Amino acid sequence: MAKFFAATIIVIAIASAIPILRHTWEPPEDISTHGALIDRQMEETMAEAGIAFLASQFILAIFIWKFSGRDKDAKITSFPGGATGLVTAAFLLVGTEVLALGIFGVKAWADVYFTPPSANAMPVQIQAGQFAFYFRYPGPDGTFGPLHPNLINEANENFFGLDTTNDADSKDDIVTAEMAIPVNREIHLLMHSKDVGHSFFVPELRVQQDFVPGLDLSLHFTATKVGKYEIVCTQLCGLGHYNMKAYLYVYSQEDFDNWLKKEAAMQ
Amino acid sequence: MHDMSTHAAQHHEPTTFIRKHVFSLDHKVIGKQYYALALVAVFSGMVLSWIMRLHLGWTNLAIPGLHFLSANGAPGDVMTPEYYLQLMTMHGTIMVFFVLTTAPFAAFGNFFLPIQVGAEDMPFPHFNMMSFWVTFVAFLVLVSSFFVGDGPSLGGWTQYAPLSAVGAVGGPGEGLGTALWAISIAIFCVGQLLGSLNFITTTLDLRVKGMSMMRLPLSAWAWFITSCMGLTAFAVLMPACILLILDHVAGTSFFVPSGLVINDQLQPHSGGSTLLWQHLFWFFGHPEVYIAIVPAMGIVSHVLITNMRRPLLSHRVLIYCMGAIAVLSYMVYGHHMFVSGMNPFSSLAFSFPTLIITIPATIIVLIWTGSLYGSKLRINTASLFALGFVSMFVSGGVSGFFLAQPSLDIMLHATYFVVGHFHMVMAVAAIFGIFAGTYFWFPKMTGRMMNETWGKIHFWFSFVGAYCIFMPFHYLGIAANIRRYQAFVADYLQPLIPVHKFITVAALLTGAAQFIFIYNLIHSRFWGKPAPDNPWEATSLEWSTPTTPPPHNNFGDHLPVVYHDPYQYGVKSSVGDYVMQASPEQVATVNEEK
Repeated sequence: MAKFFAATIIVIAIASAIPILRHTWEPPEDISTHGALIDRQMEETMAEAGIAFLASQFILAIFIWKFSGRDKDAKITSFPGGATGLVTAAFLLVGTEVLALGIFGVKAWADVYFTPPSANAMPVQIQAGQFAFYFRYPGPDGTFGPLHPNLINEANENFFGLDTTNDADSKDDIVTAEMAIPVNREIHLLMHSKDVGHSFFVPELRVQQDFVPGLDLSLHFTATKVGKYEIVCTQLCGLGHYNMKAYLYVYSQEDFDNWLKKEAAMQ
Repeated sequence: MHDMSTHAAQHHEPTTFIRKHVFSLDHKVIGKQYYALALVAVFSGMVLSWIMRLHLGWTNLAIPGLHFLSANGAPGDVMTPEYYLQLMTMHGTIMVFFVLTTAPFAAFGNFFLPIQVGAEDMPFPHFNMMSFWVTFVAFLVLVSSFFVGDGPSLGGWTQYAPLSAVGAVGGPGEGLGTALWAISIAIFCVGQLLGSLNFITTTLDLRVKGMSMMRLPLSAWAWFITSCMGLTAFAVLMPACILLILDHVAGTSFFVPSGLVINDQLQPHSGGSTLLWQHLFWFFGHPEVYIAIVPAMGIVSHVLITNMRRPLLSHRVLIYCMGAIAVLSYMVYGHHMFVSGMNPFSSLAFSFPTLIITIPATIIVLIWTGSLYGSKLRINTASLFALGFVSMFVSGGVSGFFLAQPSLDIMLHATYFVVGHFHMVMAVAAIFGIFAGTYFWFPKMTGRMMNETWGKIHFWFSFVGAYCIFMPFHYLGIAANIRRYQAFVADYLQPLIPVHKFITVAALLTGAAQFIFIYNLIHSRFWGKPAPDNPWEATSLEWSTPTTPPPHNNFGDHLPVVYHDPYQYGVKSSVGDYVMQASPEQVATVNEEK
């Protein structure tokens, strides 16, 4: 029984590692400028955690195999080095790993969160609400008009609560249900929720950020590859949470300009 | 009046059925009541997970009879999107609070902590009785939400505001359902606070002669450390729930800011903070993870040592590490909030303690594994589950390296990677700890042995099954599969659906195997082989009781006196390779610690 158990642990450990080693399931391809750092951090963590996982399971299995069902008269012995050795090993090995992951991980995090967007980043506003995202572009004046929550009315398609009659800045604002951005241009995403908590997640862009009702948050990123991607909500927001998504189109600058013109004409 | 600092409250053995089995003051009966409650809860939670898993594998599947549970939630037996979330919320809440908190801590702790310290009972038996019945009422309140209004809350066991605080306008179950959820959990907190007070006082004040703190078995240490966590963590969750209840019933705005528009209606709230809820909840929520796992660590250590026939390489180091985990657990909670919008510098501040907490956890695993070396390991169902716990704890623990890093959390937050991580490291591991404790202590609790053959069959299905269910969760998370979705409609999630089907089949089989356990438990309770006083040749005081199960006051006419450290195995004594704590026999002992 003990030997069979030990063998099972080893089989499970190897079977668990195979899909990782074969890259059977992977995150979607990275299309951001900062994502490479995150992906490298992920690989390094996977290597370290993978070794720790396999080594622990193997040693556990070997010891179960070797030290079960021994003779009644067999002598109890202690692991060489005893507890002091193991505690020292844990501090050194895990401590080093923790420091390394922690310190290198800061760089990837800092790239997203500690650097302000550049001055020429293109602002796009995103509003999350049960169960849809809406986007707003500032139009030719480059300025977003103010929001009036009391004017929000889905039936009239005033999703943001804009007062286009009285607010001059709002008149040229472009509101869309899909997000489009030019490739290789930094985007400054201005985020707010109109009702409950939501989240903005585009796996390919390597960004995820919650919408927090009552807080205006922002993100900045640059997409490097033209294509059609999905924005999904990752913060439980109600019965339609699973279906709260929008498409993100990354266009060439020319295609983006055309798209924006077309959308402006439809306002 | 007797001196509370040295004696358990003494009460006469009750004679009526009600006082003996229902409103009992006996810590042993209360322990069994907690166990029974956890058993009912864990099977309810498991059935909910079956229904959810079936729905995730085959979204439009009609599940026969589901409409009996909720006519609106499952018209034609097909689950609605909101009903999935409602079942998910109930699954999480029932499992975390009424299983993982009650079974390893309140059930086993109540039964065995007083006996392991050599006490006749807990110091405040009425508080103890109240703690169980309050918990029972909390369970009834929670379950009642299935049957009132538009069903249970759909906000998840974390109940993030403002969805949880705006009332019925938030969606089905968000009115009465969420209010009942908050009331239930607030009541639950009262039960845990009362229990923690009793546990702490029992450990500090009721130890018998010779039982120094360092002579306490590791299970007793684990319950003591957990009760210290419980006292501080539930004391934060309770007011948080009360504020949430007030947001529902008194029109306050503790967790709701101004300017929210739901269904085109501007909400009549202002001035609240949504992040405040998250801080309060996780200040409780992360210690709660350890409230579930530390007792299991103690139980597993206790079971492993007995079956390894040797003490751990270091008794003290294990205690210090469990203590370090308890202290650190309050400093790491922000890792649940890396992408919540809190200051990104805070994320780093929470990241380092999270990474550092892996050091005491690693030391504990190394001490267990290192102690196996050179031992004389006995394989039985209890030791299999204890070793299974170690394997599961390692597997679930290594994924913590990923989630501790804010930069990786960007990709893994709210994905199945998190679900896999916490199910393995907290849920399955703790449940393996409960199983190890059950197979180990059942003889002492009931006077009968459990069937080992059925026990081992149960173990094999559970061990292999748990890996088949929860390891693929990690793969799904790596592929950015988002959790808390009732169906996978995003394009990139479609290719992952076959993995969900595999998990569903594994979950159904593994769940079905748990009925073997129930059969074994019930059959052995009535028809099992009569148990000797010390079937495992163990050393701690619970095996020194004059009868099995122990008499009403645990030790009969004379309280024991403790002469030895808790785990004197691998010695030569008149009874074999061990010497019991209460045995005055002088033998050449190992690692004698004063």
